[in-house]
Formats: sequence, C-alpha cells, structure tokens
Amino acid sequence: MAYIEENYDVIVVGAGHAGCEAALASARLGMNTIMFTISMNSIAFMPCNPHIGGSSKGHLVREIDALGGEMGKNIDKTYLQSKMLNQSKGPAVHSLRAQADKEKYSIEMRKVLQNTDNLTLRQGEIVEILTDKKENTVEIKGVKTISGAVYYAKAVILCTGTYLNARCVYGDVSENTGPNGLKAADYLTDSLIAHGIKMNRFKTGTPARIDGRTVDYSKMQEQPGDETVVPFSFENSEEDIKRKQISCWLTYTNEETHKIIRNNINRSPLYNGNIESTGPRYCPSIESKVMTFADKEKHHVFIEPEGEDTNEMYVGSMSSSLPEDVQYAMYRTVPGLENVKIVRNAYAIEYDCISGTQLKSSLEFKDIKGLFSGGQFNGSSGYEEAGAQGIIAGINAARFCKGEEPFVLSRSEAYIGVLIDDLVTKETEEPYRMMTSRAEYRLLLRQDNADLRLTKKGYEIGLISEDRYNHLCEKEKMIEKEIKRLHEEKVGANKRVQNFLEAHNSTKLKTAASLAEIIRRPEFDYYSIEELDVNRPVLPKEVIEQVNIDIKYEGYIERQKRQIHQFEKMENRKIPADIDYNDVKSLRIEAMQKLSSIRPETIGMAKRIQGVSPADISVLMIYINQK
Amino acid sequence: MNYETDTIAAIASGLTDSGIGIIRISGNRVLDILEKIFVPYNNNFNVNNIKSYTAHFGHIVEAESDNIIDECIIIYMKGPHSYTGEDIVEIDSHGGIFVCNKILKLVLNSGARLAEPGEYTKRAFLNGRIDLTQAEAVMDVIKADHEDALRISVDQLKGSLKNEIVRMRNIIIHENAYIEYALDDPEHVSLDGFSEKLKIIVKDLLSDIKYMLDHSEEGRIIKYGVNTVIVGKPNAGKSSLLNSLLKEERAIVTNIPGTTRDILEERALVEGIPLNIIDTAGIRDTEDVVERIGVDRAKKSIEDADLILYVIDASINLSKEDYDIIDLIKNKKVIVLLNKQDLKQVVTVEDINNLLFAPVLCISLLENMELSEIGHVIKDMFYSGELSIKDNPVITNQRQKICLENAYKSLCQVNDSIDNCMPEDFFTIDLMEAYEQLGLIIGESMQDDLVNKIFEEFCTGK
Repeated sequence: MAYIEENYDVIVVGAGHAGCEAALASARLGMNTIMFTISMNSIAFMPCNPHIGGSSKGHLVREIDALGGEMGKNIDKTYLQSKMLNQSKGPAVHSLRAQADKEKYSIEMRKVLQNTDNLTLRQGEIVEILTDKKENTVEIKGVKTISGAVYYAKAVILCTGTYLNARCVYGDVSENTGPNGLKAADYLTDSLIAHGIKMNRFKTGTPARIDGRTVDYSKMQEQPGDETVVPFSFENSEEDIKRKQISCWLTYTNEETHKIIRNNINRSPLYNGNIESTGPRYCPSIESKVMTFADKEKHHVFIEPEGEDTNEMYVGSMSSSLPEDVQYAMYRTVPGLENVKIVRNAYAIEYDCISGTQLKSSLEFKDIKGLFSGGQFNGSSGYEEAGAQGIIAGINAARFCKGEEPFVLSRSEAYIGVLIDDLVTKETEEPYRMMTSRAEYRLLLRQDNADLRLTKKGYEIGLISEDRYNHLCEKEKMIEKEIKRLHEEKVGANKRVQNFLEAHNSTKLKTAASLAEIIRRPEFDYYSIEELDVNRPVLPKEVIEQVNIDIKYEGYIERQKRQIHQFEKMENRKIPADIDYNDVKSLRIEAMQKLSSIRPETIGMAKRIQGVSPADISVLMIYINQK
Repeated sequence: MNYETDTIAAIASGLTDSGIGIIRISGNRVLDILEKIFVPYNNNFNVNNIKSYTAHFGHIVEAESDNIIDECIIIYMKGPHSYTGEDIVEIDSHGGIFVCNKILKLVLNSGARLAEPGEYTKRAFLNGRIDLTQAEAVMDVIKADHEDALRISVDQLKGSLKNEIVRMRNIIIHENAYIEYALDDPEHVSLDGFSEKLKIIVKDLLSDIKYMLDHSEEGRIIKYGVNTVIVGKPNAGKSSLLNSLLKEERAIVTNIPGTTRDILEERALVEGIPLNIIDTAGIRDTEDVVERIGVDRAKKSIEDADLILYVIDASINLSKEDYDIIDLIKNKKVIVLLNKQDLKQVVTVEDINNLLFAPVLCISLLENMELSEIGHVIKDMFYSGELSIKDNPVITNQRQKICLENAYKSLCQVNDSIDNCMPEDFFTIDLMEAYEQLGLIIGESMQDDLVNKIFEEFCTGK
C-alpha cells in the first residue's frame, strides 16, 4: 500500500562509496538529505580488494579530499599499510595506495554519516523512481520503497553500484544476490527502463578470501609499507596517522596453476557462455590472464589482509569464476598456499548499469531533470571512481536544488574531470577503470598538488572550511616566494661552487647561475644542493616538494600548460543545447547519429566522440558560427 | 545550410585557347538561367525534370536576338552531390576566349553574378564538401592568384605528404602507447631498454622531418617531374643545354667562366616527360663567396636529383674539376653529353666509359646538333623504369611548415629527455605534442586558430 512518508531536498539511493560521498556533499551543502541502503551493515562496504588508491586511483582519492570529500580521511583512519607507488618514475605517476581494514572502514564511514547534520540514513530497497511530466520536460519527483513508502525530493541520486538485478556466479552455481551474498535490488531496473533509460549489463569479479592461518608466509616475499607515510587527506600530517603497519605478501602462480585453469576453462562461466556481459579488461580474472598471456610463465599473486579483527586474507590478482573444486586446486598450486582453506569463494558478479552518455557532465540525466547518478551504476569500476562521481553528483544535486550552475571539472583540471568526461562522451563497453594513460595532462594533475588544483574550488562550493582555505593560501604563498628566491639568488663561479659541482660530476659554471638553474640540472634537485644554498629558509615538507617539482620540471610543465591552453579553446566552444543535427547537412550519417544521441555540450567533447571525424567537426563549427 | 543564395558563374577552363571551354554556374538559380539561354536538340527536354548527372546537347542562344552563340553540351549536377554542394550547370562550349566570354556574359545577364576567385571552393567548404586543410590549400592558391594549381595543391594534401605524415604519426603514437601501457600495467609490460630503442626511432623521425623542412618550398605549388640537374665545369655549355631544352633564353650565356652564379630551375617537357631542370653554377673551386654558395647548392641539388645531365667540353682535357664531378655523381642516373663536337675532340666516348657507367652522347649545342637524341635516351630510361617521377612530400604552406618545425622541436625535446635520463612518462608530453603538430598539417587534429583563420578569410572577409 503506497503512502507518502516524507519530503527531502535530495535522496541518495545506495550507500556505497559513491552514495556516501554524494550524501555527505549534499547534506554538508545544507540540503535535507536521505540516503537509502539495502543494509545498514554494509555502508561503504568494500566487496572486492581491501585497499584504496593505487595507480591513478590514488589521484582520485586525493582530489576527492581536496574538494572536501570523505574517502581520504576515512582511509587515513583505517589503513593498515601505506605505499607510494611508482617512486622510480616521474612525479606524475607517483600514486598513493593504502591497505584498508574493511570493517573499520565501513564503521568509521557510518559514524561520519550519522554525525552529519541534515542527513538521514534509512535501510530499505528503492523500487521505483517517480517523475512529473511538464510540457516537454520530465522532472524527478521522488522514489518509492519496496514497502510502498513514497519519498518526495527535488533531486535524486542513483548510486546502486553492482546491486541492480545482481547475479553472482562461480562454476555452475548462480545466485541472484548482490556482492557477498547481500540482497540484490530486483525492481528498480524496470522502473528506469519505463522512464526511457537505456540499461547495460556489466560483469566484474573477485578472488577468494582465505584463512590466514593456513598460509605459509615463509614461501612468500614480504611487502611492507613505506617508512614515511603520506596521508591521503591534505588535512592530516604524517604524525597524525602514524601506526604500526601490517605487511602484504607476494607470491606467484606457476605452470601447474595455469595447467589446472586451462584444463577446466570450459567450466568457467566466462568461457562457456553462462556469463555474456562484459568484464573489465584492465582487471581480468586469472583465467582471462592465463588465456590472454599464454606465454607468460607466472603471474603475481598478492596476499593482502582484510582487517585487524579477522584472519581472512585476500588473494589479489586471482579473481575467478571457476567452480569451487577448481578454485581449491588452483590456489593450492601457489607457493605458500599449498594447504590453504578458503573462507569465501571467488565469484563473478553481473549487474545492470547505464551507459554514461545519457548523462550531462554534471552527472544529471539529460532527459530527466533532477535525476543524477554516480558510481558503478554509470558504468565505472572501483571504489575511487565511485567516490569521485559521488561527490560531484552530490554537489550538483545540491546546486540543482538551489538553482545554481552545475560544477564541472575539465580534463585539464582533474582526474575526476577525465573520468566523468570519458563516461559521458564515450560508449563504454566494459566497466571503466581510471588509468594514468587516460589523463592527457597528467604532469599537472599530480596527486601531490590536488589541493593546489581543487581546494579553492571546494571552498567556493562550500565544502572546505575557512581554516583549511587559509592554510592553502599560505602554502601557495610560501611556494611562490621560494620559487622566486631560487630564480633570483645566484651563485658565482667561485671555488666553493665549482668544487661542489665537480664533486657531483656536474659541469662547472662559466658565469654566475641562479639556484633554480642548478636544480634543473639532471644530476641535482632541491634537496641535493642544500650545501650551495646558504640562505635557505625552513619550510614545510609539502612546500619543498612543490618547489622542487615546479623548478625541476619547469620546461615540461610550461609545455603542458601550452597544450592545455590550446585544448581549452575548443572546450570553451559551446554547442547550443537545442541544436538539431539533422539540420547540419554535410555531417556524415554516423557522426550525425552519434552527435544526436550523445548531444555533447562543447566542440571539445564532440571531438572525443568515436565516429566523429575532424571533417565533421569543421562542418559543425561552421554551422554554429553561421547561426 | 546554404550561406549564400545568389548564383555565380565563371569560365572554369581558364583563358587559354584550348579545344573546349567550360563555363560553370553554381547556385539555386542555375536551372532558371539554363532555361533562358539553352535550346536543346531533344524536343522532350524540360529543365524542370532534368536529372542529376545527365548531359544534354543543344545551342546556347541569345534570347532577344535568337542568335546562336555556340553548339554545346550542358551537364547538370544537383546539390548537394556536386563540387560546391549546390546545384551546378556546366556548359562545355567549343572553347576560344571570344566564345566563352560571350556565353559567360549571357549567363551573367540572365541572373548570375561573376564568381570571385576561389568562390566555388569557398562554397564547397561552407557546404562541407571539403575539409579545413583542403580549404586552406585552396586559400594559398587563391592568394597566389593561380586557380589552375588548385587540384595539385589539394591532391598533394591527400597524397604523398599525407602518407608521410601519417606514417610518422603512427610511429609516434605506437611508442607513446607503449609507454602508457607500461605505466598502466607494469606487471606485464617492462620499459627496460625502451629509452635506447626510442632514441633511435626519434633520431630517424628527426632526420625525416629535417629532410622535409630542408625541401619545403614556401608559397609555391609543387611541380611534378623528374628532378634533373645539369652539371659540368664552367663554360662547358650547361646553360646552352638548358636553353636548348627550353627553347628560350633563360640563363645568361657568356663564355666567361662562372657566369651562372645561382641555380636556375625550369620546367620542360621532353618527349612528353616533365623535367624539373636545375642548371647549376659551374662546379669548381672558387674564391668568390657568392659563387661559392651556388656551388654548395649545386652539390646539394645533385644529391636530390633523379637524373644528372653531365656536360663536358670535349675540346679540352678532363681536369681535376671533372674528376670531382664524376665523384659526386657516380651513384646517380647520369647522361653524359660530350659537347663542342664542332671543335677538335680531345675527350672521347671511350674515355668517359672508363670513368662512368652511363650513356654518352656527342652534341654540339652551338650548332643545335641532335638534341632530340637526349630526349630519346631520357624516354628510354623513363619507360624502362630506370627513371621515375619522385613523389616526395613537400611542404609549401607557411602554417604547415611551422607545425613541422614544432614537431621537430618536440622530438628534439624527447631526445633531450632521453639523454637526461628522465623517467619515461616525461617523453609522452613531447611525443604527443609532435603527434598533434603533425596532425595539424593534415587536418587530423584541429586547433581553434586554424578554424578562426579560415573563418576570417572565408566567412567574414570580402
């Protein structure tokens, strides 16, 4: 029996990583917000890997934090081990990753949610979205729960993750549940389809969790955390979060493992046709890896702790949908896992999601006003990708309620910008994973400068406190001043300097040079010329880091900035929202269809749509120019 | 999306006395105009149901006087499937400036306006029939006031230049993708030894681009032909040879050694084979600086030549200079011309055969003796495949040249990054910049500036 329960500004459907960021952003921006979850015990749950961050995903977390989101702070509270990856490479690809205590992560996030003003949490399954038709537009009105309660709101954010019509599969076992045996959401898809939303079906998977007491770690390589821990949140210092870290362990598959997989490949639902939906190429199951890289003799296996209060360990890089007996057999071929006992099986999961091309860059549906969505529902994969979309959807739902312009990050400003732009302009045929290579301007979009890039924006939006903002401005000033000093301060070609240079196998000076010029030499950096730099002030570590990068890579940074300047010119060319592509006569048919269905907001976006050629773009630009 | 509704007309075949003269009319009133001036032989013909891409035979008639101006064929092309994207009628007349002009005048009196230079192309562009870079090529041509060369220029963009740029871009994107692949999947892709490999690839690209830059010819239309260089020591008769081939006096011909100081380039049709002929300054050691430059350039021309015509004064002994020349040309396709057969012969065919593997002809340019024989030899070489027209990509446009220079600079930066042992991810910044700059040349990437320039000149100008 349907009845009207309550009115809100914003409703968030789902309490995963997208839902949490969305609900927090919305509530913190003063919107009366309610968040629905299928289980109060699975808020911010991590159904797959027990870590946050990693290559390019670490960037997303730092950006979420720089905008005033929660993910960075929450992992700082609950990490077991922290590592800065790719340190041997350039600063653009340094990436932070932390092992998480899954249970604590979930509990700590719930605490934050429950202590946030304007935010109500409610367990219950949403089965329908409710809309109003007004002339040519459809507007969101609210949602209905499985019990028939109707909640009205100005904006609704769908963050249903992998729960819509979820099905978990391993071997010939198939269960209609969400991840980890949680209840699936079986009705909402039908309501979305009825509203004209086009659904996709994607697949992903997870490896087994094993009993830590049955692992022989002496046969594995220990993977300890970094000695110096870099917090995810710019609000934390190393001292704030220092703790005794817990190690991960590295071992390898071998020919025996691969033989077992090959012999049983027709029992894998991914290969025998039982699962037809598309999985992520960049996060393949072990059977896919063995079949794709047939000549590879071994693959990494990471044994990672699931938490401090459990002996469960995660078998990283060995996700699978093979039957239980094959799982036992293959895991037990891996050195150190000879006697392993499985606690939870590996499985593949299928779920309904959408193609992000139905969304605007604000993550609002193009055809339903006030309906937003974020996370895996939009065709992405990963906690960090979800969180990143969540905070943007939350911000924009709040701004929508207030009648403000949407907040959109460009590809040249943030990985979040790249992520959302890719989702809304490209037809993704597999779960979209963030990758370093997707960001064209990555030298400027580093994890270390996310605050300098985004915290001012977060402040303007209203998610960053006055204190934090002032702190950032101070940091900026210090960086600027120190860079200026290093450019102005010269060292002469005197004996002291020449001796120093000679001792470091560096060319001697002919005339005086600025300290910046010395730092830029391949053999030096800010830290190593301390001896030459007699007037060096005492500065915070994070200021020095920025100064060093800015000077050391000045030429590259300048060139990348020029590229961005060119890029932005096309991004700033808006396409009228009411454009009728049938009217643009000389477009090729494919381009016309793609442009009509995706309706890009700018020429820049149109350029990135597959099937639209440079010639089509010139036709389009002329058309707009002549209008 | 018709931006201009008026109908334009012009003589499309150029103002030469050729066998056929074409008057092209484009716009939405072509059929009205046709009805006024065209009297078909076929009585069933009716302009209202004329089919696209059909040809019709009849007379062009002056309506008031009923005077027949010419017998002609008209061809109708309905927009948007025409060059301009608009309705087009072409009148193929019997040519002759007088007749063509008369027909054109009639067309203009019947409601068309005289097309401005490049206007057909402008309309083609505005109607999306050609892309930006093609339009740009056309613009260059219009500026050069040389409409005939339009096709060459546009074809060039589609042809060898494009192929070469695409080839280089493919190499760059491949290497860049590998770096990014390795960054994303370090478990399966290793960058060990990659820098050394990339360094070699970048070096090759740099030398290819350098070659194109060295051979770029700003503001000129490409000439297709056999690059032919005339060499010989001073006063051997090189300029006389050139003049005979061209049948006109181009180079200053004197008997003072060193008269031809610079390089003259001419175009001649020899037995139907187009030659781009370069007359070099006489190759010899010289103290004269100006002449010295000419000599260096001559050596460079030899390097690039498809065919060498080596003129020897047979009346004097071979000198050190001749041996130097032989050294320069010994690996090229050469025809040796023993000149001054009218004087006493010192150098014989056998002497040359001992030095060079090349056909030797005896001529006397002063007496214009047996010049056609040279033509026969060239023709034989050409048809036997020994000689071919090189289709070297050449940059002729200033903007494209700048893009090419930018690409060169970016690849130099990659090279520097490798030398400075920078991490591989730094290479991608400059690799992608080179990729982008090369893309700008062929319209595969697009920047706002180019679009603006074209808008200005095509849409808002005039």
